[in-house]
Amino acid sequence: MDKLINDFSVGLFFWQTLVFVTLIFVLRKFAWKPILEAVNEREASIKGALKQAEKARQEMESLQASNEAILKEAREERERILKEARDMKNNIVSEAKETAAVETEKTVAVAKAAIEAEKAAAVAELKNQAAVLSIEVAEKVLGQELSAENKQTAMISKMIDEVKIN
Amino acid sequence: MISRITALFVFTGLLLINTPVLAQDYGHEEIHQEEEHVEHNAHAEPNLHGDHADTHDSQGDDSDIKSVVKETIEHHLADSYEFHVTEGVSFPLPVILLDDGLKIFSSSKFDHGHSIAEANGSYYVMHHNKVYKTDANGSLNFDKHDHPINPRPLDFSITKNVFMILVMAVFMVVLFGRMAKSYGPNKTPKKAGRFLEPIVIYVRDEIAIPNIGEKHYKRYMSYLLTVFFFIWFLNLVGMTPLGINVTGNIAITFSLALITFIITQVSGKRDYWMHIFWMPGVPVVLKPVMAVIELIGLFVKPFSLMIRLYANMLAGHVVLMSIIGLIFVFGSWLVSPAFFGLTLVLSLLELLVAALQAYIFTMLAALYFGSAVEEHDHH
Amino acid sequence: MEIPEIVGAGLIVIGAGLGIGRIGGSAMEAIARQPEATAKIQTAMLIAAALIEGIGFAALFAK
Repeated sequence: MDKLINDFSVGLFFWQTLVFVTLIFVLRKFAWKPILEAVNEREASIKGALKQAEKARQEMESLQASNEAILKEAREERERILKEARDMKNNIVSEAKETAAVETEKTVAVAKAAIEAEKAAAVAELKNQAAVLSIEVAEKVLGQELSAENKQTAMISKMIDEVKIN
Repeated sequence: MISRITALFVFTGLLLINTPVLAQDYGHEEIHQEEEHVEHNAHAEPNLHGDHADTHDSQGDDSDIKSVVKETIEHHLADSYEFHVTEGVSFPLPVILLDDGLKIFSSSKFDHGHSIAEANGSYYVMHHNKVYKTDANGSLNFDKHDHPINPRPLDFSITKNVFMILVMAVFMVVLFGRMAKSYGPNKTPKKAGRFLEPIVIYVRDEIAIPNIGEKHYKRYMSYLLTVFFFIWFLNLVGMTPLGINVTGNIAITFSLALITFIITQVSGKRDYWMHIFWMPGVPVVLKPVMAVIELIGLFVKPFSLMIRLYANMLAGHVVLMSIIGLIFVFGSWLVSPAFFGLTLVLSLLELLVAALQAYIFTMLAALYFGSAVEEHDHH
Repeated sequence: MEIPEIVGAGLIVIGAGLGIGRIGGSAMEAIARQPEATAKIQTAMLIAAALIEGIGFAALFAK
């Protein structure tokens, strides 16, 4: 302690305090303030730029995402349309097939009916003709050779043979 | 990066010239002393006998070199009224005394302590680098410890240390003023600023903000930056062979610690004083005891701040110069290179200490400011 | 017998050296355990060492 007090110089203390306090104020005005302000400004601008870049990146990302969504939607839409078209085609084809089958059946049925009818008519006609012919034959036979029974029978069978259906 | 390397080279260069210059000083004084010694022996010889005289001689020779080393170290550490550049090259500085009015004269009037300086009818002599008031004959009266009892005038002289402080202040204003101006529109520094700016940002981000807090730190930045660079630069200047020892001077560190102390107390908030005088969370019986301890701590903090810087820088100088002095104590070509190498390594260590002490002073100052402005919420 | 001052100074240096050594050692261990906290540990280490050093110096100069 004695050494410290002995070494202590009032003049040096006075000058140091004076110069140092002055130095603080001078440097604050001419150096620290502008330097720290410049550093702060630069840091703020860097931070701002970074934030902006981040924002842009996010925007890009969202844009990309929306693009993708749109693409996906479009793809789905296409799929849907294609599927619809395919379904429709299938429907039409099957419907057409069905209709055709029904029509064919109908036609066949009509044709069958017509054939039946024709056939019936022909049979009826045939029967009529046969009856007429029989009557004619009978008349002729009756007129000529109705005397002999065997002749009659022979004649009738002969005549029936003649009028054989087709 | 380039500035860093340049700085490193500059300081290494300074270290390298440090040793030979100091050595030159020692060498000169050693020879001088030896001559005197020989003369002294010539006078003393008739009274001494044979072997006894020889042993006495060699012992005397040895202790003389040691005392020369000691004297040289003290001379290098002490403040002085002239700026001693190297052997034989020095320039006087103004002496300003407050003693019945202001007395200003050049220190060359003392003629390195060999003559009496006269100013406006008062007479002063220099004894062991201190100015004493005396009469026209220059007589000094000593007490039993060999200390002069003559009155000492109030001394505001521009001594070597004051001169260095002024030079450093101008240097810092120019350096940082230029750095501030070099910030262009894109807010980046040029030249030296590129090296200094990271340090400024380091002081802000690693010292000020963590210790003081985001809210209050801006007010203390000027002080912290100034004190950091001031101590660091002066420590580095102390590494040069000019024998400058500003930061290893108790008046300087006392002033720095006092300013820190005042700033701390002035910015002390309610919570700070509460913590000192009425510590919360402590039984009422213990509160006065804590107050006493805290009150002592209030003064111990700046005291340790003062002592730490002073002792560290002083010890560094003493150790370095003692090792250089050992070269002359041994006076052998075999051990000298070893001591030279040791000096170099220790100089590098001192370079680290120069920055470390500046950092610790700033750090602790920030810590004290932080405790002063801190706001607790434990109620 | 009076104890020379230098013995007291030596005791102070031993004490302070042990203290700072412990701080340094613990800091090294802590850094080895958590290398990512190096900066914080170093700061705390320096402050603690500086405080011990301050007390050591105060004791050295107190006589």
